[in-house]
Formats: sequence, C-alpha cells, structure tokens
Amino acid sequence: MTVPMARDYAEAAVLAGRRDGAGLPLAVDLRDVHKSFGSVQAVRGVALAVGAGEVMAFLGPNGAGKTSTIDMILGLSRPDAGAVEVYGMTPRQAVRKGLVAAVMQTGGLLKDLTVAETVEYTARLFAVSRPVAEVLERAGITAIAGRRVGKCSGGEQQRLRFAMALIPDPELLILDEPTQGMDVEGRRGFWTAIREDAARGRTIIFATHYLEEADAYAGRIVLIAKGQIVADGTAAQVKGLASGRIIRATWPGADETALRAIPGADGVEVRGDTVLIHCGDSGSDAVARRLLTQTPARDLEITARGLEDAFIALTGDGAAGRSGRNQAAT
Amino acid sequence: MTAPSVLAAALERQPPPAGGFNPAIVRLEVRRLLRNRRTMMLALVLPVLFFWGFGLNNSYVHQRAGHGNVSAVEMISIALYGAVSATAACGAMVSIERVAGWSRQLRVTPLSPAAYVVIKMLTSLVLAAGAVAAVYLVGAVTNKVSMPAGLWVITGLCVWTGSLLFAAFGLFAGYLLPTENVAQVLTLVLVLCSFAGGLFIPFSQFSPDLQTFARFTPLYGLSQLVHDPLAGGTVQWTWILNLAVWLAIFVTGAVWSLRRDTARV
Repeated sequence: MTVPMARDYAEAAVLAGRRDGAGLPLAVDLRDVHKSFGSVQAVRGVALAVGAGEVMAFLGPNGAGKTSTIDMILGLSRPDAGAVEVYGMTPRQAVRKGLVAAVMQTGGLLKDLTVAETVEYTARLFAVSRPVAEVLERAGITAIAGRRVGKCSGGEQQRLRFAMALIPDPELLILDEPTQGMDVEGRRGFWTAIREDAARGRTIIFATHYLEEADAYAGRIVLIAKGQIVADGTAAQVKGLASGRIIRATWPGADETALRAIPGADGVEVRGDTVLIHCGDSGSDAVARRLLTQTPARDLEITARGLEDAFIALTGDGAAGRSGRNQAAT
Repeated sequence: MTAPSVLAAALERQPPPAGGFNPAIVRLEVRRLLRNRRTMMLALVLPVLFFWGFGLNNSYVHQRAGHGNVSAVEMISIALYGAVSATAACGAMVSIERVAGWSRQLRVTPLSPAAYVVIKMLTSLVLAAGAVAAVYLVGAVTNKVSMPAGLWVITGLCVWTGSLLFAAFGLFAGYLLPTENVAQVLTLVLVLCSFAGGLFIPFSQFSPDLQTFARFTPLYGLSQLVHDPLAGGTVQWTWILNLAVWLAIFVTGAVWSLRRDTARV
C-alpha cells in the first residue's frame, strides 16, 4: 500500500461530541462527509479529526475539494451525507458563539468602508470581541487603519481579513488559500503574523496548494485529491511521499509477490491490468530495467517529483487512495 | 496546545442577543451610504430638482387643494418618490454586497439573516428621512406650500414609514438581479410606478382606462393614503388592499430571494 498514512475514523463515527486524547472536544470532526454540486462530486467520504491546538495544512491541487470541505466546517454549506461537528456542536452554533472564524480566499470586503470601520463592523456582530486597535496591531495594519478598503493592496486586504478573523478571539482559525495572488514579500509578512498568532495556542487549519507553506507552518499535513483524503501525517512523512517516484506499467495478471521482491520497490499496488510501484528517486531506473527485461510489463511511465504530481499519480484514473485499495482487495 | 481551561471557558460563550443586531452597525451602514454619490443623487438631489420644476413654479400651484394648495400635494408626491427611491436603493445595495462576497462573509459571523434585513430596513429609513426632509425643507423655505402645520408632520411621517414598502422591493431586486442591471431596473420601475401612482401627474387627469390600470400598481394605494390627510377624503379599503397586497408580494419575494441566496455557496 502506497498511502499507509490515511486515517480512517469510519468505525468510530457513530457518537457525536468526540474528544481527543486529553479529553478535550475535537476542534473539527468530519465523519464520512460527502458533497456534490450537480454531477460533480466535490467531497467523497472525508473523515478528519482535528484536535485542539493543532496547526494543520489542508494541501491539494485546485479543485481537490479543500474549499468545499472548509465551507462545510464553517456552516456555509451542508454535507449531502455524513456529519460535521465543530467543538461538538453544529458549525453554525460554533460560529454564533465566536469559536470559529475564517480568512477567505477572496472577496468578503466592502470597498467603501475603511480598514478600521470594517474591523469595527465585524466586532459589533459578536457578543464578545477583542479591541479593534489590538487586532489591527496584530495583523500589522495599524498604519493603514484609515484607508478605504478599495485602495488597499491584495496583501493589505488579506491582513484585513486576518484582523476580522481575530476579532472574536476564535479557538479555531480557518484560512482558505490565504496567500493566493500575493507577492513573495506579502506572503512572508502574512505568514509572520499567522505564526505569531499560532504561538498563542490557537487551532489553525489552512488550505494551500503550496507545499513550502504547509511544510513551514503546519505540524500536520492532510492531502486531499479528487474529494478524498489521500495522506495524513507530519510534514516529513508527506514530503517523503512526494520525494519518491511512481512507476506505472501495464501487466495483465501481475504477480504481486514477484513485484514486491524487486529491489528498490517500496510499495506495490495492482489495479486491474495496471501496476503501480512506489520507489525512491535513485531506485526507479533499476526497477524499470528489471520490469522491462524480466517481466511481461509494458507501457512504462515514471512520474512524480513534485507533490502535486505525486498525488495525481497516487489518485490516477479516478481511482483515489481508498477505492484503489478496495479494488485491490476484491 | 490550548490550555484546557481556556478552551472550556470559550465553549461556554453565548451567541449575541437579537441575532447579532446592533445599532452601531446601522451607523456604519449609514456612513457607507453617505459615501455613495449615486444613491445620494437619486434620493436627495433629484427629488428636490423635480419639486422645484413641477411643484413650485407653475401657474396653478397656488390653487387650493383639500386643506392646502397644489404645491402641498406636489410636495407630498415628490417626497414619496424620493423616499421610495431611497429605500429601494438601500435595499438593492445587497446586490453589491453579494457580488463582493460580503454577504458570505457575514454568514461566518453570528448575524442572522433576519437581523441583517432589520439593519437594512433601518438604514434605508435613515436615508428616506433625509429624502423627505430635503423636499419638505425646500417646500418650507420657498414659502409656496400652504398646509396646516400639523399636516406637515403627519404627511411627512406617513411618507417616511410608507416608503418601507420599497425597501422590501429593493432587497427583492438586489438578491434577484445581477449588479450591473439592478440600478437601471430599479430606476425604471420606480419612475413607472410613480407615474401610475399619480406622483408626477395627478391621478384625476388620467383617462378612465389608465385609471383602472393604475389602481393595480404598487404606488397607488400608498400614494392615496399619504395624500389623504391633506385631501381630507375618506380612506378607501381599495387603497389599503393595494398596499397590503404589494407589501405581501415584496416581502415574500425578499424572503424567498434571501433564502435562495443563503442556500447557495
């Protein structure tokens, strides 16, 4: 099996209000969540438990289902099937109590208000809020407090969204592609602010398709592709997954035992007539040579250096991690 | 790791009362409105110019009408036009907010849709008050309007509160129509309704067929009702029926389009 890290909570999915190892309510608890838009299945059976204080990156290519999943955690949409809980409550209840706040990808701002007015507007909506001056300071936008939002740069607007999210002093902060469209400097400044905030112990979930961001700021990385979680682990584990190469070949009636015996083959998966072999960067040549010279395997493809390539290979031809596993079992 | 006690305290937090409604938000919304030149023109400047043109400087304006003169009738008509323009424009601002993603942003706060609608209604009432006040002020300083003092207050209040009918219409249109069309559609609808309601040309001068048709239009009932204190006639049930039916239509439409919008991601 090439994706041994994927956690499966399906068997524990019955009871609500689940707690982590320390007895604290889970910040986010998704159980077998499905969501479709018309004929497009955006989320296909996602199970995810995030404990209090975790900093988790939600990593995946565009259209993988990150935003759809986040929308359900925020109560912006409802799953077609499965359950979503935030601190043991419905997402909407958690939002109303100011326990969860989000920095959205784009939009969500009024051009005709100033930066300070926008934060004040947000503050007035919550029962309890941090002082406006304090969150402006923490987001690093005190100097532009009087500026109209329409005149702010993309990076400044993103810091403003961050300030708005800090207003209720949420336990859980969700960032959806927070540095999309920002230049390098803006991105660095934004993450500095986030990192300082994370040091205070807030639970943070951020969606990104930049591996570097996930690596630098998250203790845990969850990979999503085609609406399913394909890997879940530390940055080191996920990077290990990305550093390898995938050899794909056609071999009807492949001998799995023989495949596993090939030196350099770290993982083997048989999907019908197709075999997938996961190997290290240096071992792929030897494995490929062996396949072509000593087995009936043909149509070889060697792929995956970047992470994105890795999960496209892992989830190729519509067979994502789990269904691939199921196929192999039947 | 969050200290368990901090998390426990946070979990005990309560949602804000009244769905997140707060008068301070109305204040911020009004401030936004004052920065919107187009809305200010439509609601405050244009009605004053109309009143100047139609209601003050014609030969017949000094003729008696009910308890006052024709100028007073015109003043009420134009004030109603200004007030409904103001409330409709305010309601339709949700169209801009929707496109900007602000409505979506608000859904990640405790603010309930009902509280939001109340905020929009109150904001539009502030602008409508400005519209009525502007026209009445011009009427007062030019000294051509003749009407008992009490009627200034009563008709002004009737026009002001009645204009809420079109706040609901504005919300309905704002949620339904694309932003680029909403202003044009709104202006067109308002001008047509105002004509049909007898705000620009007296209802009595319509042909019989046009009168029959106009009785079914949205401003007919409201216009008749706000003019009645000055005209001194009996309130007719058809006016109230007209107002009630259109209010029901607009409110239902606004609620329906708000729900439709909330359901969408």
